[in-house]
Amino acid sequence: MKKHTLAVTVENKPGVLTRVATLFRRRGYNIDSLAVGETENPSVSRMTIDVTGDDKIIEQVSKQLYKLVDVIKVVDITEERLVTRELILIKVKADPSVRSEIVQLVEIFRARIVDIGKNTLIVEATGDAGKMEAIEDSLKPFGILELVRTGKIAIVRGPQNS
Amino acid sequence: MKLKGAEILLQSLKQEGVDTIFGYPGGTVLPIYDALYDSDIRHILVRHEQGAAHAADAYARVTGKTGVCIATSGPGATNLVTGIATANMDSIPMVCFTGQVASPLIGRDAFQEADITGITMPITKHNYVLERTEDVARIVKEAFYIASTNRPGPVVVDLPKDLMEKEIDYDPYNSEINLRGYRVMKGCNYGQVVLAAGIINKSERPVIYAGGGVIASDAAEELKELAEKRKIPVTTTLMGMSAFPGTNYLSLGMLGMHGTRYANYAIGECDLLIAVGVRFDDRVTGKIAEFAPHARIIHIDIDAAEIGKNVDVHIPIVGEVKEVLQAINKRIETVEEFGEWHQTIDRWKGEYPLRYGTSSEGRIMPQHVIEKISDLTQGEAIITTEVGQNQMWAAHYYKFKNPRSFVTSGGLGTMGFGLPAAIGAKIACPDRPVIDIAGDGSIQMNIQELGTAIAYKIPVIICILNNQYLGMVRQWQSLFYGGRFSYTDISNQPDFVKLAEAYGAVGMRVKTTQEVDGALREALKVTDRPVVIDFWVDRMADVYPMVAPGESLLNMLGEE
Repeated sequence: MKKHTLAVTVENKPGVLTRVATLFRRRGYNIDSLAVGETENPSVSRMTIDVTGDDKIIEQVSKQLYKLVDVIKVVDITEERLVTRELILIKVKADPSVRSEIVQLVEIFRARIVDIGKNTLIVEATGDAGKMEAIEDSLKPFGILELVRTGKIAIVRGPQNS
Repeated sequence: MKLKGAEILLQSLKQEGVDTIFGYPGGTVLPIYDALYDSDIRHILVRHEQGAAHAADAYARVTGKTGVCIATSGPGATNLVTGIATANMDSIPMVCFTGQVASPLIGRDAFQEADITGITMPITKHNYVLERTEDVARIVKEAFYIASTNRPGPVVVDLPKDLMEKEIDYDPYNSEINLRGYRVMKGCNYGQVVLAAGIINKSERPVIYAGGGVIASDAAEELKELAEKRKIPVTTTLMGMSAFPGTNYLSLGMLGMHGTRYANYAIGECDLLIAVGVRFDDRVTGKIAEFAPHARIIHIDIDAAEIGKNVDVHIPIVGEVKEVLQAINKRIETVEEFGEWHQTIDRWKGEYPLRYGTSSEGRIMPQHVIEKISDLTQGEAIITTEVGQNQMWAAHYYKFKNPRSFVTSGGLGTMGFGLPAAIGAKIACPDRPVIDIAGDGSIQMNIQELGTAIAYKIPVIICILNNQYLGMVRQWQSLFYGGRFSYTDISNQPDFVKLAEAYGAVGMRVKTTQEVDGALREALKVTDRPVVIDFWVDRMADVYPMVAPGESLLNMLGEE
């Protein structure tokens, strides 16, 4: 069992996300992460789906996805050289006494503070899954009030000098 | 030319070659029914929308064309659902039109509103909600294209009422298909074909395992050529039943849970399994680890997702079954003689034929009724079935001569399928006898369709194998639940003869074996109305052989 990343190109139409989600639910495949958005071509959306399974399961997932009329292309990019990113927003408890400590932490992670409330800060960070977990862990002691993640997006790196 | 959405819809149907649709009117489809009033498309008014779906499905199964049904929004549409799921499981090309509340009302829980697109998403090949009248022609074209190509399946098109009323400038067939995510499979990998032919030429104990894909692909001739050239025994799935003549020396009948002993033994012993248009269903394979344990497997299917789904195969070939078989047939060497393998199979056939005893209650044995039907119609009738024991006995004892003759709900196992299916089949093939082999339980699930058969003077014959039980469930209770017949005794039932007569059909009751032949002969003479024959069969007759679920195919119950 291994985590795979699928890049799925789909028609940018209502209902397509439901079709994909329904397929995963019906066949019993578990989505670890799913991010979707429009591409450079407004009639096409791209989904980045993380799914765990052995090679046979992933092959089935891809083939079943291909059978959906609104799915244009499915590529397993797990083994490619990738740039992957996720965005996280964390609302953390921040009394004036600990604010400077949090600001320092945020700088170490090259994250940003995007809102300051009376007793709270909102931290925004991008990066890969490991970084997301690290920043979450280090902010936990202060008290995390709310946390949202976008799910992973990924793109294959361009070729280097040939 | 200014046309209403509904008129464009009917024009588009005509473009697709549709001559018959099955349906039931209602509030949101009024514009379509108003247009139908002037159309030369024949509309068959059923008595329940489920009947429309099954009739359209059977129409497709016997003709190979795409079946069409229509229902109103809300309950009309949800009544189609079982029929859609039935067609989906058996890969039957069908387009279902549903009415929908007017666009501005969608999502507001309007009267008779149901999200049929959402509901049918997992049981259709694809579905549509119409958003603009301008899209009607394109969507209809796409729907038929998707339903009928590659692995066929049902497509639902949801039509809001206001968009059917709206008039637009209609440019006849300005409707290019726009489906970049859907490509029709052409050809196949010839390297794989050469490999397959090589293995076929070398194998000593080959078996062909043929399914519904052979029929969908109209490849019965090619299958026969392969079997006869190489003298390969052929076993079929329930869905593949009429793909190979039951009277052919090479026929092994059905395999699997209720397969013949010789078919299941042949699977156990073969060194090569040629799987054609099949999906290795659990009812076929039994315990998967012990399925065809000595065989290399060639798997031919149009649907790539079927390859390796349940069973690992050695040579997958993705493609239209007909094309692939033609390519293989060109590359195989003819065998003149039958060999040791056939002697082994002959011995099994001799020792373990399909057989049944006599009734301890002095009643008719249900298997005898099927044998009689098979003899009297010389294997040339269209047989529809309900689901359960009646279905399995039909598969065992009817000797089909022609493909597209066995119309049965294989995958979903839908009780209530047989009668509306018989009506759809008879409308498609008025010159062939059409017989529904029913149980007393199943027939009551869509018996209202007798009304349809009467209204259109459709002479289908409904043979009820009446054991006053939900027989297959009762059989499982006998075998696996200590004979505790929990809610399977349905002896409190209507008088089927009077019921038939109340509708205006011919009703007969047959209580003795001697009367079976005469009753069937009489029924086959009726040309202007349906016939219901209530056969009082042995109450405790069971379907054998049988493999318990999850067991190896070699581990069969029932006397040897």
